Amino acid sequence: MALLEVTGLSAGYGAVDVLREVSFSVEQGGITAILGANGAGKTTLLRAVCGMLRRRGSIRFDGRHIGKDATEDIARLGIAHVPDGRGTFLDLTTEENLRIGAYVRRDRDAVAQDMERMFGYFPRLRERRRQQAGTLSGGEQQMLAVSRALMLRPRLLLLDEPSFGLAPLVVRDIFRILRAINAEQGVGVLLVEQNAGLALDLADAAYVLETGKVVMSGTAGTVRSDEAVRRAYLGY
Amino acid sequence: MNPAAAPLPAAPIRYAGLSARTWKAIGLAALLCAAAALPFLVSSYRTFQFNLVLIYAIVLLGLNILTGYNGQISLGHGAFYAIGAYVAAILMDQFGWPYWATLPVAGAACFVFGFLFGLPALRLRGHYLALATFALAVAMPQILKYKHIEHWTGGVQGIVILKPQAPFGLGITPDQWLYLFTLAVLLVMFAIGWNLLRGRIGRALVAIRDHPVAAEAMGVPAALYKTLAFGVSALFTGVAGALGAVVVQFVAPDSFTALLSISFMIGIVIGGVASISGAFYGALFLQFVPNFADQISKAAPWAIYGVFLLAFVYLMPAGVAGFVRLAWMRMRGLRGRGETSPHRAGV
Amino acid sequence: MEAFLHQVFSGLATGGIYASLALALVMIYQSTNHINFAQGEMAMFSTYLAWSMIDAGMPYWWAFLLTVSISFVAGVAIERIIIRPVENAPVLSVVTVFVALLVIFNSVAGWIFTYTIKTFPSPFPEQPLFGNRYVSSHELGSIGITLLVLLALYLFFRFTPLGLAMRAAAQNPLSSRLAGIRVGWMLALGWGLAAAVGAVAGMLVAPIVYLEPNMMSGVLLYAFAAALVGGIDNPFGAVVGGFLVGVLENLVGAYVIGTELKLTVALVLIVGVLLFKPAGMFGRVFVSRV
Repeated sequence: MALLEVTGLSAGYGAVDVLREVSFSVEQGGITAILGANGAGKTTLLRAVCGMLRRRGSIRFDGRHIGKDATEDIARLGIAHVPDGRGTFLDLTTEENLRIGAYVRRDRDAVAQDMERMFGYFPRLRERRRQQAGTLSGGEQQMLAVSRALMLRPRLLLLDEPSFGLAPLVVRDIFRILRAINAEQGVGVLLVEQNAGLALDLADAAYVLETGKVVMSGTAGTVRSDEAVRRAYLGY
Repeated sequence: MNPAAAPLPAAPIRYAGLSARTWKAIGLAALLCAAAALPFLVSSYRTFQFNLVLIYAIVLLGLNILTGYNGQISLGHGAFYAIGAYVAAILMDQFGWPYWATLPVAGAACFVFGFLFGLPALRLRGHYLALATFALAVAMPQILKYKHIEHWTGGVQGIVILKPQAPFGLGITPDQWLYLFTLAVLLVMFAIGWNLLRGRIGRALVAIRDHPVAAEAMGVPAALYKTLAFGVSALFTGVAGALGAVVVQFVAPDSFTALLSISFMIGIVIGGVASISGAFYGALFLQFVPNFADQISKAAPWAIYGVFLLAFVYLMPAGVAGFVRLAWMRMRGLRGRGETSPHRAGV
Repeated sequence: MEAFLHQVFSGLATGGIYASLALALVMIYQSTNHINFAQGEMAMFSTYLAWSMIDAGMPYWWAFLLTVSISFVAGVAIERIIIRPVENAPVLSVVTVFVALLVIFNSVAGWIFTYTIKTFPSPFPEQPLFGNRYVSSHELGSIGITLLVLLALYLFFRFTPLGLAMRAAAQNPLSSRLAGIRVGWMLALGWGLAAAVGAVAGMLVAPIVYLEPNMMSGVLLYAFAAALVGGIDNPFGAVVGGFLVGVLENLVGAYVIGTELKLTVALVLIVGVLLFKPAGMFGRVFVSRV
């Protein structure tokens, strides 16, 4: 059984559907990438999974239907979403941001351990732990956003364009950590990225989204070697 | 598919031979006749009550111009009503002016005050504007009681006015005359309001309310229209206030508390925001609901107002006017389906 | 000099009450971006509840605690039942709902408890502390209780997980949902706290202005002014603003324009702040994006 199984998902804003009957999945412990240009509906897709807008279709998490659940309930099931724009709590400190990420958890010692682990992944955050999160740089806020999501101890991590606007070294750090978390803890990852090369390096499976529809899918390798994909998204 | 059989636009639906518009005109004329005949058919007290209904209707139309059509929330219109009332009272009491001459002055004074308040109001939106106008309403009675202007305002005791008699020796009572006078003023004010709101200016006001940036980008001078809306709205309210002073024959600071402003707001919400007919429904509500409620307890009217207000916000946000419009459209829709048939399309 | 000090202390006492009410307003504004026009009337109603308990023989502090608890629950209930349906409605609808609450509380209080003025007891002794001539025991006690309440709130928001979650929900409801926080209930709790704080303010001011259904309208106006002066989205600002406005009211009333135009002073403050420094002293300037 797939970790996340989405069939025939349609979603949009207002009266207009942005996603039209999209189907995809994330395997247990797998990494799935969603590629596509601006406006293809990638962000909408992640938002739909999290119940942040009106949607129709079947969304199953570990077999359980979550298509009608509220965002906060979906989070409590173990799905952590790092939204576009990062969603930082600007007026809280870095440490408070992390603690909020773990709000729903009851195991306090483990939470403290996890916080240490996040500081281990991203030492810059430890330096800035008492600073207001709004004063952090873009890259640091992205690290914070990913850490905050991981504080939930999710079983599925959703990432919306984590590389956006970041320096290559920072991006490399983040992706390295994503790979580590996936390998060590079996956390599933659903990654939306414009940077197709990066995404395909990390992922096992990939889907290409164009104007709200899946136009191609397969393993990362298959998608990467596809001629049309190469030309459109990889630049060669 | 035969092109000649393509349906032409249906002929306007006729009810018993007359179009909807003609029926509306007939209805209005009938209403007008009934309104004019009213003071001769009911008791003096009832005439007085309906007189107040007409006055409130003018206020509510004024408030609707500002809040309904232009989206600027005012919880302080009682202040303009008070200014209009006091202007009329002072002119009559201290300078011996005839009652009818005080109306234009009251209107002009309130226009100026409204415009002046509208200037700073440009910077305020939504609940901030509501807050500022609410503060004005709460502070007003204290201002009116201020001892340094007591020789004008009569202080806490206020000013008493004599009821004017009917002119030209017409054989009607003062109450009947005042009612007809108010009715005439109302017709003038409503004609002005109708013209304003149905035309270009009205559309500009609504555009400013709904899409302020787009309106500005299309060349609508938003700031000017908004302050003018404040001024005109205050003008209407001031004229009504002057009429109110004449009809009630008395002005005093405690007649113009914040609750008065709140009741005006209640009037437009219940009557129907952004609607001209709504002013009448709201006015009827404001005048007659307390009468029923008063029999239960002194406090009951406001509790009922509050409950009604909540009910309307949740269930009928477009007010009574909106409900009536909906019912009217449903009715026409039903009749329409019966009347329009394929073979009429070619007629 | 003595008179001046007296005015200052008196101003601090009423200022503390303004600060409490302003804090309640800011708490609700921070989480919902709405101004609770009914805050004063809710506080007044709570005070009447306390009065009936005391009148029935309950000792003061029991009545105090019970009233605060009931007000808390009522605040939560009002948010869930009455405010929630209009959470995303146009501003006019929301303002109307608040006005409706104001009107209902005011009139029901008048209905049940009549409009005759009642005295409300102060828990503090008649004699001033150490026989001083500047500040009465009630004023001192008021300041003390206000500071205690503010301290408690500060500790709650700063150091408890629930307080953190409420702050988060107020600042960024969307990210809070993504972290599993039930934002709706956080708002309701905010209302509950605001109602509880309002109840305390009402019970502290009633011995001074006497208990009657309209006792809070002037106080509320000053609380609005205080909240705006301090910054409508800043709790610390609300507190500072409250004390400042309280002292200002007294000094201006005593030395500048007399006590009869006090509400006009509040009006001028409100309009002035909104026009010239809408963010107040500590608030954040809100730039609306086109």
